[in-house]
Amino acid sequence: MLTLGEKVRKIRSKNAGPFWITIDIFCGNKKTYKEVCNKLKNSEIINLLMISEQQLKRFEIDDLNVIKFSFPRKIIQGDIFDRDMHGAQLAVLLSEMKF
Amino acid sequence: MIPIKVLVPSGVLGLGFDLEALNNGVKNNPDIISIDGGSTDSGPYSLGSGKSKYSRAAIKAEWKSLMIAREKVNVPLVIGSCGTCGTNGMVDWMENITIELAEELNQKIKIAKLYCQQEKNFIKKKFQLSKIFPLNPAPMLNDQLIEEMTNIVALAGAEQIQECINTGAEIILAGRTTDTAIISALPLMKGADPGSSWHGAKVVECGALCSTNPTSGVVMVEFDKTGFTVEPMSKNAFCTSETVAAHMLYENADPYILHEPGGYMDVTYSNYYNIDKKKVRVEGAKWHSSKQYSVKLEGAKISGYQSSLLVLLRDKKYVENVKKWTDKLSKFLKKEINDRMDIDTSEYSLEFRHIGLNSTLGELEKNIRIPVEVGVLCLITSKNQISTEIAKLINPFLLHFPLSLNEELPTFAFPFSPVHSDRGCVYGFALNHILELDNPMDAFQIEISEV
Repeated sequence: MLTLGEKVRKIRSKNAGPFWITIDIFCGNKKTYKEVCNKLKNSEIINLLMISEQQLKRFEIDDLNVIKFSFPRKIIQGDIFDRDMHGAQLAVLLSEMKF
Repeated sequence: MIPIKVLVPSGVLGLGFDLEALNNGVKNNPDIISIDGGSTDSGPYSLGSGKSKYSRAAIKAEWKSLMIAREKVNVPLVIGSCGTCGTNGMVDWMENITIELAEELNQKIKIAKLYCQQEKNFIKKKFQLSKIFPLNPAPMLNDQLIEEMTNIVALAGAEQIQECINTGAEIILAGRTTDTAIISALPLMKGADPGSSWHGAKVVECGALCSTNPTSGVVMVEFDKTGFTVEPMSKNAFCTSETVAAHMLYENADPYILHEPGGYMDVTYSNYYNIDKKKVRVEGAKWHSSKQYSVKLEGAKISGYQSSLLVLLRDKKYVENVKKWTDKLSKFLKKEINDRMDIDTSEYSLEFRHIGLNSTLGELEKNIRIPVEVGVLCLITSKNQISTEIAKLINPFLLHFPLSLNEELPTFAFPFSPVHSDRGCVYGFALNHILELDNPMDAFQIEISEV
């Protein structure tokens, strides 16, 4: 079984200000985009990131073949318990997901 | 006056840019040169301490290139968010560098400084008058929290930058400013399409990140009555409709909406197309003015004083049981700290991170395997400066703590002497709020000087 990271062109995550994280899944082509849009459930993302359903925003951007998730940080950027100041390593969790 | 060309040398001063590309930009006759000087992206330390993230030498070297470029075209040069955090002290720091360079380069210039820092009493008053509103999510605001903050800034928008441009200053040194306002200010003043002025500014706010060659830095954006055209200035960089459109995703929670002082822009119906191999044309963004003018606030407070220790475990038994080891050690240490130093656990935090297991993702890590070695990072954060003393108490136990009672005393690897590192004061972001203003200049001041 492929991982999501093997399926798509690129997955990145990043702070969107100190209080939010945003994850972009660049599918690379329309076929993959449609497939990921259909198969990737919000419930999987919520479980993976341990956030509540109300916190997750999902955007499907047809023109760019991109699926985007945004959610508030559980720990504010730079708080003493923050482990990843830029939130960029979170993308790995999605990349390694079985798809 | 339209079209208006804005030259953006890079995403931030201090990161470097391609000098040849800058010269290409100068040859294309820009109407203004705009560069960002800051961000919250590196964390709360800069705003908390009021210091620049980048070295003075790096800032001075790059600012010199820009001051030389500016003189050639004789247009305003604007920097927003001076010294990373945009406090008043950092605006003055940038002025100091500018004065030094003006003398070295034998330039005579008029400088406008835009101050964006907020007095605690002013913020308290506005809070009492219900002029401050939380964004989602936001720390709970009260007078005590305002009092605890070391620095509070308001993010200036296009209106405040336009006031600076109107002074006729050749160099504008702005405190905390939205990344986009330094770029959108002039085209908005000169009658370019408002939605496109903000959209174009957002596309180029990180310099050549909207192109195929992000490190080349320099981009030119040209604004007119119906849209904007963006072109990278390096001969090795190209903009495509995809690289340009994709930049709306970057560091943006919402890929269509961008809030700015005075309203928001919506790019839902924007069209992107390549004019040629390098240039992309964009039209269709809409600007929505809000009834009430407001600016965003940023603030930081001291979270505590921090010391760290690092110990390396290579012994297989300890590597396999590292979580159990630190759990036991943590319990033991808390008792020792209480018994010997009379410090309760409410006065400090003690945290162990397992480098090699899950120190990056913590509880979210799904892929834990037993590695060949583990680094144990011990972090102590205390309300007062006692963290150093706690670290010293911890030191011998971190070196020798056994898993079981009936074993020979183990000794692990300390890579440093001294073992502990004092990280000093650590800060936290304390505001994610907006401040309503009757007049855009109500929370900002401009000062003019000539050198």
